[in-house]
Amino acid sequence: MSILEYNGAAIIAMAGKDCVGIACDTRLGAQAQTVACDFRKVFKMSDKIFVGLAGLATDVLTMQNLLKFRQNLYELREDRELTPKVFSNVLSNLLYEKRFGPYFIEPVVAGLDENNQPFLSGMDLIGAPVYTDDFVVTGTATANMYGMCETLYKKDMEPDQLFETLSQALLASLDRDALSGWGATVHIITKDGVTSRELKGRMD
Amino acid sequence: MGDSAYSFSLTTFSRTGKLLQIEYALNAVANGRTSLGICAKDGVVIATDKKLSSTLVDTDQVSKVQGITEGSGFVYSGLGPDYRVLGESLLVGFGLGVELVRKARKSSQSYYLQYRENKPVSQLVKSTASVMQEYTQSGGVRPFGVSLLVAGVDADNTPRLYQVDPSGAYFGWKATAIGKNYVNAKNFLEKRYQDDMELEDAIHTALLTLREGFEGEMTNENIEVGVVSNVDGKFRVLTPEQIQDYLDEAN
Repeated sequence: MSILEYNGAAIIAMAGKDCVGIACDTRLGAQAQTVACDFRKVFKMSDKIFVGLAGLATDVLTMQNLLKFRQNLYELREDRELTPKVFSNVLSNLLYEKRFGPYFIEPVVAGLDENNQPFLSGMDLIGAPVYTDDFVVTGTATANMYGMCETLYKKDMEPDQLFETLSQALLASLDRDALSGWGATVHIITKDGVTSRELKGRMD
Repeated sequence: MGDSAYSFSLTTFSRTGKLLQIEYALNAVANGRTSLGICAKDGVVIATDKKLSSTLVDTDQVSKVQGITEGSGFVYSGLGPDYRVLGESLLVGFGLGVELVRKARKSSQSYYLQYRENKPVSQLVKSTASVMQEYTQSGGVRPFGVSLLVAGVDADNTPRLYQVDPSGAYFGWKATAIGKNYVNAKNFLEKRYQDDMELEDAIHTALLTLREGFEGEMTNENIEVGVVSNVDGKFRVLTPEQIQDYLDEAN
């Protein structure tokens, strides 16, 4: 049993035309036993930055608080908002600080930069980042999600189409993974705002 | 500093509520070589008088205008009270400035490691000011005997000029002068400064102002000029040849 698979999670972030989407499942488990079905793993840091944290639930919550702390201090000191690229680097730095006793999370960052262009990044538990322009996935069902994304993804999708693609990719991946599922939430971020929707899927 | 016999603060309040050590530090600054800065609408210029008390000194090795990040730089004013005594007081003032430059550079690189963005000049000023303030409230140390002029282009691409004092207080300026003769220099600047000044005009005015209070002849060897333009956002120290071009124009 791997610690990263103890609680279960599935998160996808995808880029569209002048928009990004990020979706997660809502299961919280203790190995095989499901404990909650309203445990969201995607957090809004600002109107333009969302972060998805997959892995050990305690670290997910701790990291959410730590990130908020760092973000607040930055915005107070610098009197300006964090950009997704800088936020991603802060997260990477935070994780590497614990190189020899890491947080058991594998995050993804999705956002819109200063020009409202999509920004995506994913990293491992010690902060090694990867920047993509199509999609990033993380969690216990990555094999499923990679397959679904590669198949369904198209460049420059409008927000509505992005929502459909993201939802289908996630839902299909969840069904074949025992540790994720029990509900899903999708956020679509554009320069005009965020639309969040709950998906209706198999509750098993 | 680790010696417990000196664990008390050397900067203490007087009865009237003043911190005399800081006042004296400001006096040291006022006796130092003149430095000035002008903030134009498309860049900033800082300049200083580099004259040293003996012709035997190799002026190439002395540098008071120093780049800190890619987009910002310092110049410092303030030597020991008796600047004619080469050695102790010169090194003390010079050395203190160098120490602040080292700390500022390190903190700027730390910033880049964390944020993958260059440290904005306003943040640089705040952290440097914070360092200087610490030395007014720690055990076994005394305040810095230098004031700094910090020039840079900020995160939002606006050119900025700041002054940081030994107390740790900092001020944003459109144009200012510190060190010997700063009163006259500031009056001169007040008359010449315009809000929509361009960088080239600012450099020209800076040289004229420096020449006003200059003892003896001002050449490209005994002054130093640092410039940052918001076109490329890079701070650079002018070479003697470049300074000579500006001096020729001014004549």
